[in-house]
Amino acid sequence: MIQQEKMKVVRQKQIADGIFELTLIGQLTLQMKQPGQFVHIRVSDSLEPLLRRPISICSIDSEHMEFKMLYRAGGRGTKILSQKQPGDEVDILGPLGNGFPVEETESGETALLVGGGIGVPPLYELSKQLNAKGVHTIHVLGFQSIHNVFYEKQFSELGETYIVTADGSYGSKGFVTDLLAQLNPTFDVFYSCGPLPMLKALEQTYPDKKGFLSFEERMGCGIGACYACVCQTTDIVAQDYLKICSDGPVFPRGVVAL
Amino acid sequence: MNRLQVELPGLTLKNPIIPASGCFGFGQEFAKLYDLSKLGAIMIKATTLETRRGNPTPRVAETAAGMLNAIGLQNPGLAHVMEYELPWLEQYDVPIIANVAGTETADYVAVAEKISTAPNVKALELNISCPNVKSGGIQFGTDANTASGLTAAVKEVSKVPVYVKLSPNVTNIVEIAKAVEAGGADGITMINTLIGMRLHPKTGKPIIANGTGGLSGPAVKPIAIRMIYDVRQQVKIPIIGMGGITNAEDVIDFLSVGASAVAVGTANFVDPFVCPNIIDELPQKLDELACEKITDLIGRSHR
Repeated sequence: MIQQEKMKVVRQKQIADGIFELTLIGQLTLQMKQPGQFVHIRVSDSLEPLLRRPISICSIDSEHMEFKMLYRAGGRGTKILSQKQPGDEVDILGPLGNGFPVEETESGETALLVGGGIGVPPLYELSKQLNAKGVHTIHVLGFQSIHNVFYEKQFSELGETYIVTADGSYGSKGFVTDLLAQLNPTFDVFYSCGPLPMLKALEQTYPDKKGFLSFEERMGCGIGACYACVCQTTDIVAQDYLKICSDGPVFPRGVVAL
Repeated sequence: MNRLQVELPGLTLKNPIIPASGCFGFGQEFAKLYDLSKLGAIMIKATTLETRRGNPTPRVAETAAGMLNAIGLQNPGLAHVMEYELPWLEQYDVPIIANVAGTETADYVAVAEKISTAPNVKALELNISCPNVKSGGIQFGTDANTASGLTAAVKEVSKVPVYVKLSPNVTNIVEIAKAVEAGGADGITMINTLIGMRLHPKTGKPIIANGTGGLSGPAVKPIAIRMIYDVRQQVKIPIIGMGGITNAEDVIDFLSVGASAVAVGTANFVDPFVCPNIIDELPQKLDELACEKITDLIGRSHR
């Protein structure tokens, strides 16, 4: 169920160039079940900035009622968020959207998780849940350069993890698709979150595989009421447009026109 | 006695708080968060004769204390709204104000004639002020004769009172208000969004795919207040005011200049519980102003 809560900051840590890890505590955590869902954050009580910021859920710890999100402090809103200290309150609305279907991969099968940049965080909770049910996971994570790499260790603890950087300063050089061509991994289902060209390339590289892609777009309300974050669909679904916030952000491959 | 009750043509509002058209869909999303029966009324998303896909994305851009949008009247079309959205809303004890849009007079008339027969539609809101579509919308709302003619044509077929939603993108809004009153409008809703633009800092090009978008949010409130202040003195029909309302104090400002009820738009995106929160705050605000009932505040700026 969607709730609104002033959640308390437990920890705030810069983990890479411009990338922050924020841990929040509160009852709302208990509503979080599916990886790939997001929260909508009001970073200030004032009218500036006015709108909420959608940020994906990276890790859920129901036992301690804590969750983590990773975000890039790039714009006005996320810069304000990055200044929050332990004990500060943050207005959270969530959990929102439909995340990655963990049930689509059977125990004993292999899932390929492909992330690009700030699309990597939701794959972490996904990998945790897949591993918990006995799915073997392979992680292929792309970043701009060595300064932007994060969570390599965390993913490595869950399965084979490969890092690729666009400038070659860490791991292999190029895009995730270059690395995938080399690795030629054997898997049953793929899950991905990252830039559109990456999602498109994945769909083309694995035309016969079951896959799930997470999208992003400028959002207004985050709950499906404002019709701001629509995406165009392919012929396989009846609707012309789907809303990324409430119909997605995760869709099965082939649904969104890329 | 219900201190918050307001009576308007076709509408008995248990309180003057109405979510604004385009900011509340058809209510389904907010029904997951609170009981829609709490609201004074609901202005549903603009409905056109045929399905409309709306504009390409990006459709929104944040601005100082506001936002631009260019959704482009995306909606599932009249038949779907009649068959699914309105019947679904019947489970709630709340009057519906149906926002009607079109590209030519015949479209408006066709939608109005049909949608005004739905049992829970108690009034129409004629959208002659959408700034984000190529034809129709604002074209009807920026010329007094056209606005008056369209109002009269819709009045002829509508089974319920007709409110006309005015555009602030005009030189003299009082003239348009008088024209729709002369055309037979039962009420006015105002203001729609102001046409604006925001640029991408790197490219110098507009962020919104449509180029321009409609500006809403707290930034536009002083304009709305001024326009309602002016119109109230020149027309007799009631006004439902809107433009940047985020709290109970804002509501009181709108009532003071002469609105009989208000609509809350952009604030629903910031705080989805804003409407019920404002409704809960209002009695205390009345106490602070030593006011018995909310209608006592209407038009007090002019007394």
